[in-house]
Amino acid sequence: MQSDEVVWQVINHVHCSFKAKMQTQNFCRNEYNVTGLCNRSSCPLANSRYSTIREIDGTLYLYMKSIERSHSPKDLWERVKLPRNYGKALETIDKHLEHWPKFLVHKNKQRLTKMTQYLIRMRKLALKTKRKLVTMPAKEVKREKRREAKALTAAVLDKSIEKELLQRLQSGTYGDIYNFPVKEYEKVLAMEEMEPAGEESEEEEEEPEVEYVEGYEMEDEDEDDAIEDFAQGANRMSDSEDDDGEQSHDESDASEDEDMQPSRQSRKAPKSLKVPSKRGQVDPTPASRKKRRPHVEIEYEEEREMQNADF
Amino acid sequence: MGKRMRDDEEDAGEVALRKAGMKLPSNIKNKHKRSAEYAKVRAEKIKEKKQRIKARDTAERQAVELGETPPPRQVPKTIENTREADETVAQPDDEELQVDDGVDEFSGHFARAQMPKLLITTSQECSSPTRKFIKELLTVIPNATFYKRGSYDLKQIVKFAKNRDFTTMFVVNENRKQPNGLLMIALPEGPTAHFKLSSIKLSKKIKGHGKPTSHMPELLLNNFTTRLGHRVGRLFASVFPQDPQFRGRRAVTFHNQRDFIFFRHHRYIFEEKEIKELAPVTIGVNSDKKSRKAAPKTVKKNAVVARLQECGPRFTLKLQSLQSGTFDSKYGEYEWVHKPDMDTSRRRFFL
Repeated sequence: MQSDEVVWQVINHVHCSFKAKMQTQNFCRNEYNVTGLCNRSSCPLANSRYSTIREIDGTLYLYMKSIERSHSPKDLWERVKLPRNYGKALETIDKHLEHWPKFLVHKNKQRLTKMTQYLIRMRKLALKTKRKLVTMPAKEVKREKRREAKALTAAVLDKSIEKELLQRLQSGTYGDIYNFPVKEYEKVLAMEEMEPAGEESEEEEEEPEVEYVEGYEMEDEDEDDAIEDFAQGANRMSDSEDDDGEQSHDESDASEDEDMQPSRQSRKAPKSLKVPSKRGQVDPTPASRKKRRPHVEIEYEEEREMQNADF
Repeated sequence: MGKRMRDDEEDAGEVALRKAGMKLPSNIKNKHKRSAEYAKVRAEKIKEKKQRIKARDTAERQAVELGETPPPRQVPKTIENTREADETVAQPDDEELQVDDGVDEFSGHFARAQMPKLLITTSQECSSPTRKFIKELLTVIPNATFYKRGSYDLKQIVKFAKNRDFTTMFVVNENRKQPNGLLMIALPEGPTAHFKLSSIKLSKKIKGHGKPTSHMPELLLNNFTTRLGHRVGRLFASVFPQDPQFRGRRAVTFHNQRDFIFFRHHRYIFEEKEIKELAPVTIGVNSDKKSRKAAPKTVKKNAVVARLQECGPRFTLKLQSLQSGTFDSKYGEYEWVHKPDMDTSRRRFFL
């Protein structure tokens, strides 16, 4: 008992590793502390007779220390497993701490109560579904955004949708609703080598079956379009990016069309419909193609050829 | 001299240069001189390219004049045509695929056994951007209803939906007040697909948008090539009814490009239009310069054109995972899961 006082004087005034000083209060980080506060009566180091409750893997144990064993630190703490039933656990505490100071008994029971409460809560929470928080590394987010933008330009959505709809019109999925004369379909016909009327399945289950056909034709379509566009744009563009070529050609077409039809709102003739007529026949010579370019280009034509010759 | 001067990884060009006694540009220490050398190399390359192009064009022109077919032009490489070969690409004549389609979870829908019924709900938080988005979704998809999430588990909601005969369920997930994910659960025992949702544009923000009618829309599913893509395409198709009303001229598109699925909602119309076209050039006849100049360059033709007016929202989906069976993230069997190391190749796509 005497050494307790000495220990406390040293710990409190000089230095204690477990003491956590806060503005209002001092806490004790020692695992065996009953209350968690730094007090003369709560300090497990400064009291030779002490008891705590600790939780290991969901079960509660009563730990007790007494003077008789203070010489051998290995056997210092005696451990008693507490029953899961709260009432019975209280009785066990009473039994083991029968003639102990009231302070310790009281604090131990308080600690037991708090611990059982939080264990109940943990078990209830484990039954509920937990939401998984996922990290989104900034690098990946940026990459996805970039790829999406490029995929969007590669998709040429409006054109593909219009093409698909025209194909359906041509193949007769719309039945008698529309009444366009057949010769005006020749453009659409020339677009691809479609099986004439062999797509019976199309009538009934349009979505799933047509899927494949459209997908393949689509891919071929885009490729061929790309070739044509590139070919036309090759002489003008130093950079041979496919998309750039296609886009700028689109713009030039757009300006051409808008010049001619100012009344039309925002729709231009899809370039795809212009292309097919060339496909069936030989490509016209580069010179004539150059001449058909928007007026700006035609002016340069002779000059450019001269420039080429210089190199 | 020996070893220091010689680099282990010399290519054929550099070896030739060394043997000819000429210095590599990269070995010149003076920056000005070095960059001047590089400029010369670049100018050479540009000149060669121009010559190549010119030669090709003259060859073509000559061939046309002579009446032969011109030499074929090179096909430029795009990501789409240099895509890594995928053995799971669905072939149209694949018997196994047709058999599978007959017995998979969507066969009932395609056999028109039932009208699809959609349940839309959100994650625990639901802010106003998400609510607006869902409101638009309700206009696009026929026979859809929105239910507030409450504090139910997804598995419980799946059970409730099954009891009330829903065929599909959407769960719009949210992060920081913006919708960022879409979980599609096909209902009786259907697969669960989780998508990343991005680039949402509501109809109000779309310039010149139209107001959709309540006709049954037509569905367009573009570019779903692989088996996985085919399955996802059928999943989308199972949300919409199988009897489109063509007179309504409403089209809903799911277009897959490089694993991004673009959703668009349009009203369309077919029109006859006069378009200008290149005059056809017949090989061998009238191909000399004089008659070419005399002939008309463009010809007016009547063509059928499709015009689109966009209505309804537009958004982009990217498949994150496909799990067979209804939602069970712990014990469910995943058919496909996106892993980061699938992104390493720029030419490999899965849908």
